[in-house]
Amino acid sequence: MDFSFSPEQDDLRREARAFLEANPAPTMDQLAELGWVGILKSDDFSFLDAAVLFEELGRALYEGPYVLNEVAAQPDEDVWSIEIDGFVPQLDAVDRVLRPDMTGATATGEVLTTVDETLGLGRLSPNGADPATGDWADVRRRLLAALALEAVGIGTKALELAAEYAKEREQFGKKIGSYQAVSHSIVDGYVAVELGRSLAYWAAWCVAEGDEQAELAAVAAKAQAAEAAVAACERSIQVHGGIGFTWEHPLHRYYKRALWLEGALGYGREQRAQVTQSLLLS
Amino acid sequence: MDLRDTPDEAAFRGQVRDFIAQNLPETSKARGARRFEESDRSWSRKLGEAGYAGLTWPKEYGGASAPYSHQAIFLEELARAEAPSHLGVIGIGMAGPTIMAWGSDEQKSRYLSKILTADEIWCQGFSEPGAGSDLAAARTRIEDKGDHFLVNGQKVWSSFAHIADYCILVGLGLPDEPRYKNLTYVIVDMHAPGVETRPLVQITGHPEFNEIFFTDVQVPKENLLGEVGGGWQVAMTTLLHERGTLGFALAATLDVAVRKLVALAKERGVTDPILRDRIAREWIELQGLRYTNYRALTTLQKTGIPGPEGSISKLVWSENNQRLTKLALEILGSHAQLTNGGSESDGYWQYQQLRSRGNTIEAGSSEILRNIVAERVLGLPRSR
Repeated sequence: MDFSFSPEQDDLRREARAFLEANPAPTMDQLAELGWVGILKSDDFSFLDAAVLFEELGRALYEGPYVLNEVAAQPDEDVWSIEIDGFVPQLDAVDRVLRPDMTGATATGEVLTTVDETLGLGRLSPNGADPATGDWADVRRRLLAALALEAVGIGTKALELAAEYAKEREQFGKKIGSYQAVSHSIVDGYVAVELGRSLAYWAAWCVAEGDEQAELAAVAAKAQAAEAAVAACERSIQVHGGIGFTWEHPLHRYYKRALWLEGALGYGREQRAQVTQSLLLS
Repeated sequence: MDLRDTPDEAAFRGQVRDFIAQNLPETSKARGARRFEESDRSWSRKLGEAGYAGLTWPKEYGGASAPYSHQAIFLEELARAEAPSHLGVIGIGMAGPTIMAWGSDEQKSRYLSKILTADEIWCQGFSEPGAGSDLAAARTRIEDKGDHFLVNGQKVWSSFAHIADYCILVGLGLPDEPRYKNLTYVIVDMHAPGVETRPLVQITGHPEFNEIFFTDVQVPKENLLGEVGGGWQVAMTTLLHERGTLGFALAATLDVAVRKLVALAKERGVTDPILRDRIAREWIELQGLRYTNYRALTTLQKTGIPGPEGSISKLVWSENNQRLTKLALEILGSHAQLTNGGSESDGYWQYQQLRSRGNTIEAGSSEILRNIVAERVLGLPRSR
């Protein structure tokens, strides 16, 4: 039993974090130069390598189609998005859209305004569809795991911001992090995000290995990690006080992304309904 | 990353399963409420003889020098079979490692091997009526009388004290010295004149813990661990080990509880979507706890130092166990008050639910654990 990333994967994480800090809005061409594009189609990499990138991209609030393109894993060179619950993220930024009936459509349609203004969420206009490669159950499982990993990145960052602020900000002559009403809230956020992290890494391993528990692991990870990310952002906003409620502070961007992740492919209760169905049948 | 057992781990797991299947008497199965029974000692002796006691202890002290993963596997399999723990849990997990770290060669050879064989049972004398989470406030006096220590005071919440042969005791050794420099840590013979234990009945109606009263108890000078006034440092070693080895046992017992919860839900044919949502939450968080422990175990095996992940295990387990036992009562519905209402409500869940209220208090209250995570993991300023 070894539940840790390899030294190479740790290096990949360090490189990804440094690159994304320097280039917060990379193009697909830039990501292709790094060798990130198509890693799930390469025999040299596994879903665990992709998992490292998905988490770091979540942490960096990456706005492009990279994650969905990887999850779609179509054999051509086009850039793909995936239709999720009837809507297509990054519709304007991709060539093709993978639909749950496993057809591929040309990416045309109307981009809508959304709470998270970076989603580029659109509604596909009716157009010709061709059969796509793969099985929706596999795509959905990869997508659930990827959403969970992005959520872990978001939740971790939001809590880091909360902890940093609580170490600096003083009220009544003391650092606010010394007040247990503040520190215990951050701890509860941390605990939930760490459970989510463990579940997301477990799901990533199951997906990488084609393990028989992959379906339940992915569903469980998405439910827990996305809710934990939302809660982490809410706690962080509260710890920051008024400044955390402003447009100028970056927290609202993490929060809005977390809210998107929480609802994508169904809210937690939908995943939990699937878990119970499976537990009570077996 | 590979979450499967290695060939070595799989072989060890197989051995443990076979051992339990062949040696665990049916009557020894852990029940809802239990106090010591003689059969527990023979079971503990068997565990010791088979080499399962003190798996991670060094060979020179009678242990197996096994990797931590073996300890985790052993605890998982023990819980899965609902087998009772070794009676020497305090000796193996707390007193033993403390003696290894601080004891003299004489103390090591005198005490360690008999812990593993269950020939000598240990208890812990830390908490007092006036000193619970605040161990440094202990007021039991350990007076240096030149040729011996004289102990007077009262300890509380002491599991196994009624059958114990020795107690690891922390008390006030140097009353004029400041906090953290005034404690002394000694080994006390529980059969010495002046030591009295009384069972402490809990809200479950069962006396699982004890109070210990010390009245003019003479303790030989050679029973000192560390220095007079250096008891705080020694106690920290004990508590590090208390929490360090706990996570796997907790996740394994929670695993058993979740299985029973799912079985109850099946038996009752639960269709209520709110109950079903909560059942899934318990299962999901159990997996989260299990894999958090595995992450901590990997860190421990690779670095020799427990990772920060481990500090949240007890916090999560205790609150989840409270939630899920309450959920079981809700599934029982109108039968939840009955403790002899038939096979499905023979008092198991009722006992477990009441017992679970102690989970967030014992072995570090949730408030203290949150302080520890806040200060040591998140680096937040001290709250006191």
